[in-house]
Amino acid sequence: MRPDASLLDATGLVRRYEMRRGIFGAAVEVRAVDGVSLTLERGRTLGLVGESGCGKSTTGRLVLGLETPDAGSVAFEGKPMPPPGSAPWRALRARMQMVFQDPLGALDRRLTIGAQVREPLDIHEQGDAPARAAKVARLLAAVGLRPDQAARYPHELSGGQRQRAVLARALATDPALLVCDEPISALDVSIQAQVMNLLVDIQAEFGVAMLFISHDLRAVRQVSHRVAVMYLGRIVEEGEPDAVLHAPAHPYSQALVSAIPHPGKQGTRIVLQGDPPNPADRPTGCAFHPRCAAAVARCRAESPDLKARPDGRLVACHVAHAETALSRAA
Amino acid sequence: MSTLVALRGLKVSFAGQPALRGIDLSIAPGEALGLVGESGCGKSVTWLAALSLLPGKATIEGSATLGGEELIGAPARVLERVRGGRIAMIFQDPASSLNPVHRVGKQLAEALRLHRGLTGDAARAEAKRLFDLVGIPDAARRLDAYPHEFSGGQNQRVMIAMALAGQPEMLVADEPTTALDVTIQAQILDLLRSLRREFNMALVLISHDLGVVADTCDRVAVMYAGRIVEEAPVARLFAAPAHPYTRGLLGALPPITGPRRRLAAIPGGVPEPWAMPKGCAFAPRCAARIAACDAGVPSATELAPFHVAACLRAHEPAALEMEPA
Amino acid sequence: MLRFVASRLLRAAVTIVMVVTFAFVVLRLSGDPAQIIMGADAPPEAVDAFRTAWGLDQPVWVQYFHYFGAILSGDLGRSMRDGRDAIVLVVERIPATLALTLPALAIKLGLGIPAGIYAALHRNSPIDRALMILAVAGFTVPSFVLGLLLVLVFAVQLGWLPSGGQESWRHAILPVVTLGIGGAAVLARFTRSAMLEVLGQPYIRTASAKGVTWRDVVWGHALPNAAIPTVTIVGFMVGSLIAGAVVVESVFSWPGVGRLLVVAVGNRDLAVVQCVLLLVAMTMVSANLTVDLLYGALDPRLRSGARRSGAH
Repeated sequence: MRPDASLLDATGLVRRYEMRRGIFGAAVEVRAVDGVSLTLERGRTLGLVGESGCGKSTTGRLVLGLETPDAGSVAFEGKPMPPPGSAPWRALRARMQMVFQDPLGALDRRLTIGAQVREPLDIHEQGDAPARAAKVARLLAAVGLRPDQAARYPHELSGGQRQRAVLARALATDPALLVCDEPISALDVSIQAQVMNLLVDIQAEFGVAMLFISHDLRAVRQVSHRVAVMYLGRIVEEGEPDAVLHAPAHPYSQALVSAIPHPGKQGTRIVLQGDPPNPADRPTGCAFHPRCAAAVARCRAESPDLKARPDGRLVACHVAHAETALSRAA
Repeated sequence: MSTLVALRGLKVSFAGQPALRGIDLSIAPGEALGLVGESGCGKSVTWLAALSLLPGKATIEGSATLGGEELIGAPARVLERVRGGRIAMIFQDPASSLNPVHRVGKQLAEALRLHRGLTGDAARAEAKRLFDLVGIPDAARRLDAYPHEFSGGQNQRVMIAMALAGQPEMLVADEPTTALDVTIQAQILDLLRSLRREFNMALVLISHDLGVVADTCDRVAVMYAGRIVEEAPVARLFAAPAHPYTRGLLGALPPITGPRRRLAAIPGGVPEPWAMPKGCAFAPRCAARIAACDAGVPSATELAPFHVAACLRAHEPAALEMEPA
Repeated sequence: MLRFVASRLLRAAVTIVMVVTFAFVVLRLSGDPAQIIMGADAPPEAVDAFRTAWGLDQPVWVQYFHYFGAILSGDLGRSMRDGRDAIVLVVERIPATLALTLPALAIKLGLGIPAGIYAALHRNSPIDRALMILAVAGFTVPSFVLGLLLVLVFAVQLGWLPSGGQESWRHAILPVVTLGIGGAAVLARFTRSAMLEVLGQPYIRTASAKGVTWRDVVWGHALPNAAIPTVTIVGFMVGSLIAGAVVVESVFSWPGVGRLLVVAVGNRDLAVVQCVLLLVAMTMVSANLTVDLLYGALDPRLRSGARRSGAH
C-alpha cells in the first residue's frame, strides 16, 4: 500500500455527548466514538459493521467533517479537515458525499429528480448549462434510471428508484469519497441486491472510494475490500472480509458472524447473552468483557488496543493476541 | 396428518384494492411454517385477517378454520377466546407494541386473567415463571417495570411471554426480529425454537429474510403479490427452488462463502395493487416468461410430495436460471 | 424531583412578575387615572391633589418599586373609586364567577370528552361528521355572539329565561351554557384526535390480539394514553376558572371578577386591575404546574427518563 494512495486518514477520533437521565437525573457523558482510527484508499471500499450504539454512524459523520471530533483528527487528501460550515469545508463537499438510509427523507419533496441531481453542479458551479444537463443525463443512466424519470417527483418513484436518485445526486460533482450509512436497510431484499450491484458498478466506473456502514455483514462482505467491526465506540477487529467472516478473531466478531441468518449454515451458533450495551454505562476495561465467553481477569481491568497479528489482522483483544503468541511460541 | 389451522381461498381487499388474492394454507399441530415475501405481498394481512384484527374497512372472503371452527365472521366472544388463548400473535416493533402506561406485569396478568382465569398472587407467580421461561433476568422486580425501561430484545421477550400466557396452540410471529440487532435476533429465534419444542406449539414465522426462516422452520411458503407462489419443506426449497421468484430471492442474498459474484437481482419492482397483471403477477419481471403466463393465474403444480409451485414452467429447471441483472 | 419542582416554581414566579409588570406599565401608559376618575369637568387642583394622594405624580419606576414592596408585605392597594382594599373587592366577587365557571367546566368535560371519544370510535360515520361540524361551529363562534344569540332566542323571543343579572338560579343558565359550549367544542375535537392517534398505535393491536374485548381495549388501553395530551387542555380550562368569563359576564351583566376587571380597566382603577391580574396569573400558573406534575403521574416515560430505542 503506497502512502500517497491513502485518501482519508482518521486518527484517534473521539466524540462525546452529554446525556441527562430523565427530567431530574444527573448528567452523564456518553462516548459515542472512543478512539477510532481508519484509512480509506482511493477507489476502495471499507465496510464498517456493528450493532446499535456502536458508533458507526457517528464515525461516518466525523469522517465527512459534519461534526468536529472532541479528540483526534481527520485528514482528507493529505490536508486536515476544515471546521464544519466554513467556506473551505463547503468547497470540500464536492469531493465527499453522504448517502443515507431513508431515500425519501433525503430527497426534497418539491423538486424533481432531475433538478436535485443537478443542484450540486449549480452549487459548486461546475460546467456551463449544457454541460450540466449532459452530466445529469449521464448520471441518471449510470444509476439505471430512465431519462423520463428526471421529471418525476420523489413520491412518484419506488424506494429503490429513490435510492438510485440519491446516488446520482451524490456522484454529481465526481466526489472521491462516498459515505453510505445503511443505504439498503430500508429496501426490499430484491431491491437491496440491485443497489449492491449498483454500488459496485459505480465504484468501477467512477473510481470513488466508499465507507459502507451497515449492520448487515452479508452486505458488507458483498461490496467491501476491507471490513472493520465496531463495538461500543471502538474498532475491535479489522481485516479482509472473507478472512473476518470465516475466521473471526475477536469474540464479538465470532458471535456476529455466527448470528448471521443464512440458509444452510454450518457450525454451532454462538448466542450472546445479554443486551447490546448502553454507551452511557460503559463497562470497565474491555467493553465487551461482560458478554464474552473467553474473558479473563485482565479483560476487566485493561482495555485492549487494536494491534496487528502476524497475518495482518487487526484485533483489539487480550485473549486473541495471547493465543497468537502461544501458538507462535509453540 | 391432522390440521390445526386451515386457510381456504382467503381473500382480502381494502377499499376495492385486493391485498390477498386467494390463500390456501394448512398448518399441522406443532409444525413450524415460514412465510416469506417482500413488502406488500400480504404475509401479515393473511394472519390479521384470520384473527379479524384488520380495520373495519377491509373486506374478507374465504375461510379460516381452527380445529374445524370457522373464524371468519365469527362472533366477538369466539374471536376473543381464540386470540391469545389458542392462536397468539407477536409483532414487529416490540417497543411500540406494548402499552407505555401499563406495567408489563399488569399487561401479562391481563392475558392470564382472560385465558386462564388467574388473578392476584397466582397470576403474579405465573407471570414470574413466564418471565423466567423467556429469559428475562431479575423477573420478580422486572414485572413492575414499564416497557420503555426494557431494551428492544427484552421487550420482544415480554411480548413472547404475554403470547405464551394463554397457552396457545399456535404462535404467529410477524417479523419478530426485523427491528432488532443481529445478535439479539439470534437470541430471539433461539428462544422461539426451544419454546416450540417444549410446548409442541405450532409456529408461523413471517419474515422478508429467507435466512431467518431457514434455521427455525420445517416448511416454507413464499408469497408474492397476495398469493402463495411456492411451498416446500425447508431443505428442498433451498436446494431446488422451482418458482422463478423464489430463485430470485435466493439469488439476491449475498453469499457468505464462495467467490464474490454479482448478485442475481430481480429487475423491476412489485406491481401496485391497482395495476395487477391479468395473468401471473410475477410475469413482467420473469426471465422465463412465455405467452401463456399472461393468460391466467397459474395454479399450483405439484413437483414432489409437499412441494408445490404456481408456475407453468415449474417442471423445467433449466429454463428458470436467472440472469444477473 | 426537588430540582424539577423548584425550577418550575421559579418559572412560575417569573411569569407572574412579568404579567404584573406588563399590566403596570400598560395601564400607566394608557391614560390618566386621576382625570378619568375625577371626571372631565373636575377642577385641575382637585385632579392634582388626587394624583399626589395616590402617588401618581411620581416617576413610573418609583411607583413600581413602591407597588412591589407593598405586594411583598401583603398590601395590594386600594380601589381609587371607593377606597376599599383591592383584594377585598376582588375576593368578594369570586363566588359569583365560580358559580358560572364551575358548572361550565362540568359541561365542557361532561359533553366534550364523551363526544370526542364517541366520534373517534365511530370515525367517519354520519354522527362523527355531525359532531365535528357542531364542534367547529362551537369554537369559532365568539362567546359574545353566542351569548347574544342565546339571549335573543331564549330571552327575547321565547321569554323562557332572563337576559341578565344575578337574581335567581335561572339567570345562570344562559351564561353557563354560553361558556360551556365553546369549551366543550374544543375539547371534543381535541379528544377525538388524541383518541384516533392512540387507536392507531401498535399496542392497541397487541391488546386485541391478546383477546381483550373491544370495550376493555378502549377503556383500559386507549383512554389512559389519550388522557395525557387531553390533560393539557383541561389544565388550561381549570386555570381560567377565575378569569375565563370576562366577556360572558359583561354580556349577561353578571357581577363576577371579569365584570369587575372590565369596569376597573375603564376607570384606570390601577390597584384593582393589578390585583385581578395577579390573581389570574397565579391561578393559571398553578394550573400549569399541576398539569406538569400530573404528566409525570400519567406518563411513566417522563418519570424515569425514557431510553430511546433504536438509532445509534
